[in-house]
Amino acid sequence: MGRYFVLMVSAVLVNNFVLSRFLGCCPFLGVSKKLDTALGMSGAVVFVMTIASAVTWCLDRWLLFPNGLGYIHTLAFILVIAALVQFIDIAMKRFLPPLHAALGIFLPLITTNCAVLGVAEMNYASRAGFGEAVFFSFAAALGFGFALVLFSGIREKLAHADPPRCFRGIALALVTGGLLALAFMGFSGLDKGLERIMQ
Amino acid sequence: MTIAILCIAGIGLVAAVVLAIADGCLSVKEDPRIGMVVAALPGANCGGCGFPGCDGYARALVAGTAPNGACAAGGEACAAEIAKILGVEAVATERRVALVKCCGTRSEAIRVGDYNGICDCGVAAMTAGGDKGCTYGCLGYGACANVCPKGAISVRDGLAKVDKRLCIGCGKCVAVCPKKLIELVPASATIHVLCNNPDKGPNVRKVCGVGCMGCHLCEKNSGGKEAGHFTFQGFLAKVNYENPPTDAAIVAKCPAKCMAEDPHFESGR
Repeated sequence: MGRYFVLMVSAVLVNNFVLSRFLGCCPFLGVSKKLDTALGMSGAVVFVMTIASAVTWCLDRWLLFPNGLGYIHTLAFILVIAALVQFIDIAMKRFLPPLHAALGIFLPLITTNCAVLGVAEMNYASRAGFGEAVFFSFAAALGFGFALVLFSGIREKLAHADPPRCFRGIALALVTGGLLALAFMGFSGLDKGLERIMQ
Repeated sequence: MTIAILCIAGIGLVAAVVLAIADGCLSVKEDPRIGMVVAALPGANCGGCGFPGCDGYARALVAGTAPNGACAAGGEACAAEIAKILGVEAVATERRVALVKCCGTRSEAIRVGDYNGICDCGVAAMTAGGDKGCTYGCLGYGACANVCPKGAISVRDGLAKVDKRLCIGCGKCVAVCPKKLIELVPASATIHVLCNNPDKGPNVRKVCGVGCMGCHLCEKNSGGKEAGHFTFQGFLAKVNYENPPTDAAIVAKCPAKCMAEDPHFESGR
């Protein structure tokens, strides 16, 4: 239990996907103008990343690794994730229309998202067990969502600001994102400390 | 190498088959008319109809829960086309455009303070009602211009101005204006009272050189009370847009100079 807690803290605060690993920067800047779209995007990412990591884990353990095909895992993961997101889109539209109405427009955006592929790659590299891999993906996606929601809150406030002309729009967003990443650097070492306490 | 190629091809094949089956079995049968109505709508997604975008309005139209003709951007041509698709009568609607009911420019209206805060009417209005002497007038910080989906509003000389040709009558500016001085008026009406201050004449004069004093001269010149071209709220004349005046001569006779013929400007776009 304690190990999972440390994993959660590590993925959300210390090694945040956007702010310290710099994965998924395009939705971080693209859909962070409004809080409600940021929430929708976060929900979709949590959903897709968790399922995608479970599927890629199975693919890796049962098909690629036993056949000595580890070197093509990236290619296989891209293929499977893209197909999976399409499938989720179709199935969700049929069985969960309210959820599709909330997350639907974000699903195609996630198809080729680097954060989703990144988490599959990390699970591949760490050779983690199934439960740990899925939990790590869930926590990492939660961290992504956390950063996105925080950032959109700041950007909503900043929309009223009157910066110099050259700083307007995405320039100010990039500077703000950098400051947020700096602030998150303050969490570094927290996971190591927690691990020590837990032991 | 061969195994790798076969493996990737196999995964691709399985994924393709699964997706094809899923598309066949799980696809939701949508009313084909929804797509046709969406194509007929202008696609501006302005939200002026009260639905979330053109898609939402099209669904409500096909479901029969929304009246045809609520789309201000598409106008009558669009309503007629939708009527043809759905086989229902179009509700005749006149095009409506936004009108800013203030003409107190920087030189005419007194400013009682310096406002250096956030450049937004809503925030300025919260700061002691804004820097304008007339608490009913246009502040000119452009909240309406920022919210306009068509870029039809621009602020000139401290006043918001609407381009009649670009305005689609979605009403977003009406909702956002903290002074509530923007009104949707029929596009065919040409004579307007550009003031929003219902105070007594002397009090209006103290803060603005072109404010309405409620002298009723516009009413008298347009055929008296019986003609019903104007209504009065306190000491403020309002055009009755159900029955708008047509005689442009009354504009020049207004002693307060707060009336105008066709005050909408053309932004040159």
